[in-house]
Amino acid sequence: MDFKWTIFVESLPILLKGAIITAQLTVISVIIGLIIGLFGGLGRVSSNRVIKRLALAYVTVIRGIPLLVTLMFMYYGLPAIGIDLTAFTVAFLALSVTNGAYVTEIIRAGIQSIDTGQMRAARSLGMPYGLAMRRIILPQVVRRVLPPITNEAITLLKNTALVSTIALTDLLRSGLEIMASKANTFSPFAGVALIYLLMTMPLIWLVSRLEKRFAVPGSG
Amino acid sequence: MTHMIEIHGLHKSFGDHHVLKGIDLTVDAGEVVCVIGPSGSGKSTLLNCINFLEPYGPGEIWVDGTLIGYSKNGNGALVRVADRTLNQAREKIGIVFQQFNLFPHLTALENIIEAPIHVRRIPRRHAVEQAHELLRKVGLLEKANAYPARLSGGQQQRVAIARSLAMEPKVMLFDEVTSALDPELVGEVLAVMLQLAKDGMTMFVVTHEMSFAKEVADRVIFMDAGEIVEQGQPSNIFGSPKSERLRGFLARIRV
Repeated sequence: MDFKWTIFVESLPILLKGAIITAQLTVISVIIGLIIGLFGGLGRVSSNRVIKRLALAYVTVIRGIPLLVTLMFMYYGLPAIGIDLTAFTVAFLALSVTNGAYVTEIIRAGIQSIDTGQMRAARSLGMPYGLAMRRIILPQVVRRVLPPITNEAITLLKNTALVSTIALTDLLRSGLEIMASKANTFSPFAGVALIYLLMTMPLIWLVSRLEKRFAVPGSG
Repeated sequence: MTHMIEIHGLHKSFGDHHVLKGIDLTVDAGEVVCVIGPSGSGKSTLLNCINFLEPYGPGEIWVDGTLIGYSKNGNGALVRVADRTLNQAREKIGIVFQQFNLFPHLTALENIIEAPIHVRRIPRRHAVEQAHELLRKVGLLEKANAYPARLSGGQQQRVAIARSLAMEPKVMLFDEVTSALDPELVGEVLAVMLQLAKDGMTMFVVTHEMSFAKEVADRVIFMDAGEIVEQGQPSNIFGSPKSERLRGFLARIRV
């Protein structure tokens, strides 16, 4: 049995420090990803062809490249052309842009799932497109996309582990460092896994709450 | 005098499909016009062109002296107007849909006050007063705070009519508004429309309710295959149809 209670307890404060970095990255990237995703989603359903194609190109490129590659490219590749960003900046940029692409697709699907009669009714009352989107369509979209967007946040939180590859001391990296210094592999990773689980569990609980709450659309 | 609605040489195509083939039509202020005809005859498309939910062309549609969707440039050619101008024109034209299209996240009252507050920019207090008045008119004052999902189809459609009226339109368009309703709910909606007609509203009604057309319409228009085949007083249209197509249509729906 390689599990050592003392090493496990000793490593917890260090792991929690790493967990703070992980949490910071997650919160920032979720928020920026939502903002990007809102405009991206609106762009995807825009009647302006240029905007529509730009949004599609963004989604296609980001979804087609592994996050790990994006991180390495930005951290190791960009300095070669004179753009030298800190590991934390690279991490939150890459995570935000990636999350933004997935949220874009969720919001696009959400907008397109709303009956076209809603927009027709709003426009027939003299509402401009933007007002109709903001007051009539998006409030209905929010109810439908909250569960999948929260799922994306869970995925994002777990994907932050990839930033351990670019010299950022997140939760996983903290575990790796303890493993090296204490010459024990099992105990620190047990702690790492446990903390990831504790962080994702509230989100998993939130998804099931949201799904139940919005199960009957429009019942108010 | 000018007519409330004037349509000249109206055409509309969806791709290769020529749906409206040269419609000429006028509706006077206060007149109730019912449009009947087989499905696919273009009557709903005609209605949707009137407030430019369907862009049309060639042809012209004028409502209360305003050309809808276009303006004429120096050469007399039609150019699309800015969205803002179109929205102003649309405020004069109320439309009620077959599928009600109430906003499900808003209560009956909120459905009605939404556009008056955000489009006409009238104070919320006035909008609420007006909405209560309209809800009383359609017999649903006690449902003011109910969400659409808690209302029957007939109630939803009456709220939808009130929502349109809240913009104080000059014309009301009705697009088969009873077709999605259970038979026992049709009457309450027609009753509201009848009252509206008595109040002097200009109404353009696409309908399958022949009894309503017979009793309420000032004029009935029969459309088939994208054309107006015959029009006249209800007694003439239903009593002594002239064209073979109208006789055939009336015979089929009486089976």
